[in-house]
Amino acid sequence: MSDIQTWALVFVALTFSVYIYIAWRSRVRETKGFFVAEQNVPAFANGAAVAADWMSAASFISMAGLIAFLGSDGSVYLMGWTGGFVLLALLLAPYLRKWGKFTVPEFVGDRFSESVRSVAAVVAIVVSFTYVVGQMSGGGIVFSRFLQVPQHWGVVIAAVVIFAYAVFGGMKGITWTQVAQYTVMIVAYLIPAWAVAQTMTGIAVPQVSFGQILAELDAIGREFGMDTYTQAFTARPQLDVFLVTMSLMIGTAGLPHVIIRFYTTKTVRGARFSALWALVFIALLYTTAPAVGAFTKLNMLQGVQGVSVDALPSWVANWQATGLVSLADGTDTVGTITNNADTFAAGGADMLLNNDILVLASPEIAGLPAPIVGLVAAGGLAAAMSTAAGLLLVISSSASHDLYFRYVDHHASERRRLFVSRVAMGVAVLVAIYFGINPPAFVGQVVAFAFGLAASTFFPVLILGIFWKRTNAAGAVSGMLAGLVFTASYMIYTLEVFGTQAHEHVLGISPEGIGAVGALLNLVVTVVVSTLTRPPSEHVQEMVEEIRYPARRTVPVRSAD
Amino acid sequence: MADTADTGQDGGTGGAPPPGAGGPDNGWRKEYWTKNLRLMVVLLAVWFVVSFGCGILFVEELNQIEVAGFPLGFWFAQQGSIYVFILLIGVYALRMDRLDDEYGVSERNDDGSRS
Repeated sequence: MSDIQTWALVFVALTFSVYIYIAWRSRVRETKGFFVAEQNVPAFANGAAVAADWMSAASFISMAGLIAFLGSDGSVYLMGWTGGFVLLALLLAPYLRKWGKFTVPEFVGDRFSESVRSVAAVVAIVVSFTYVVGQMSGGGIVFSRFLQVPQHWGVVIAAVVIFAYAVFGGMKGITWTQVAQYTVMIVAYLIPAWAVAQTMTGIAVPQVSFGQILAELDAIGREFGMDTYTQAFTARPQLDVFLVTMSLMIGTAGLPHVIIRFYTTKTVRGARFSALWALVFIALLYTTAPAVGAFTKLNMLQGVQGVSVDALPSWVANWQATGLVSLADGTDTVGTITNNADTFAAGGADMLLNNDILVLASPEIAGLPAPIVGLVAAGGLAAAMSTAAGLLLVISSSASHDLYFRYVDHHASERRRLFVSRVAMGVAVLVAIYFGINPPAFVGQVVAFAFGLAASTFFPVLILGIFWKRTNAAGAVSGMLAGLVFTASYMIYTLEVFGTQAHEHVLGISPEGIGAVGALLNLVVTVVVSTLTRPPSEHVQEMVEEIRYPARRTVPVRSAD
Repeated sequence: MADTADTGQDGGTGGAPPPGAGGPDNGWRKEYWTKNLRLMVVLLAVWFVVSFGCGILFVEELNQIEVAGFPLGFWFAQQGSIYVFILLIGVYALRMDRLDDEYGVSERNDDGSRS
């Protein structure tokens, strides 16, 4: 066993025992604890949990790598995955918290109708499953590289641990485990980033210092036949950058596993501050990621430039074993690098690098000591597992709370409800294991799918449901279906999924960006259909009025300030 | 279904409408809501200008300016916009605290402390 493996094993074993211990401490006996953690999670902790829940394997493992290859256009992920929190904080979180139910389908069920609730529950399950698959395979990558466990066993081990704390602790167990996972994840991300920044520029704050290497990076990239790093719109046309950013933002605000977290706070005010803390915690990683991308890319290019194949740095051989790095046959020195497997297969480059390895390999590439590399492995797993657990909770709550109890047994006792929720969670874990072992596409693309669907179905209907009393059930159903069908069709048209053939992008709009268009369509259809049909009942309109005010009015305290 | 009607009522402020609902002194509601909306619109305008404006629509123009090695448009797209997002949520949360107090709708414990 190499040093790196030993350290990875130590950190992974250590963090897993912490998760299990927390799960044991916070096991729950009733559905309120299971679904919304008894609604007494402090804003600070909830913020950390949201951050861990939110930052997936894609954020931790793939994002810096994506940015490294996309250059300036990598900003779609940076802005898209943070800007959504502004929408969430200002437009959704406080009002949904005031409404005070367990799930997103439950809100639309009360606000609109039972049929909307069912549509929403099914969409929530589909979106969450699409997303959970990415987490499972992300976890598998970490296991296979750092512990030399075959990928499918890696998936099973991660799933068993998640199962343990999610099934017994429900939201309560998940929330407190996620606080721990956030800590592991951020430490594992920041330490190597600081170290790399320090060695390369002498300034340990990567956010500030990566400016210094940009000119150098632009130059060396050109020598390898890549686009200029800081130049905008080399990877995507401007319209597409705009739409992808928008889709990711409103997708963020519409993702059920993120929204559900704001139900766990004590008050409406707590929901607002949770969103603030969440973004602060997320920004720590998200402002570091572009620096990691830039530093690692420069390091990597300098490491292989002009070096003969037998003298390449050791990380190349280590990662070749996982299939994430490949060299073209008959290459003497690496002159061109690509992250595109098709270009590589066509003989267009000497070296193929998968986006997913950049963060995981960055400490190795920078020559940092083995314990740090091991820590990164634990961080990658924390990122994958925390998100997977949050998603599994949504699947379980939608399946049991919104479907089973509504249609099968709505007089179930508290004990029975808890039991059914746990069974639903167990089944979800099994399905997730299956898809984790047989993933349909690479991590990032799968996640984009989930965002498009969340953006085009949930977001517009939630916003209208809160801000426009006139929105009715007929409008909401038509809008959601229009958005869903349109977005899914375009994705199937442009991507190779379910054995279909990929077509050209229309107007340069990529499948990641189509969610924004679907959301607009949803909005228009909801407004038009709502206007043409009967307004919702007085009672519903009164409920919508009530969520505008955090508490019942007491004597104003104007004189206090 | 009877139970949906019930759950709906619980969704309000613990059942009954606040005193004076529908009565003449409901002006505060409109005032409170208008102020909330105004704050929201201003903050969302900043949100749009910083991310979509500086980071995407005018990124090439801003890239002509360089600060500490960063082309400015690139900096907004990969760093600046995120810092502004945090500020926006912070301003919103604090201003809403004040607004809630001003209109007496902030959440209080029995002893009057913030809950």
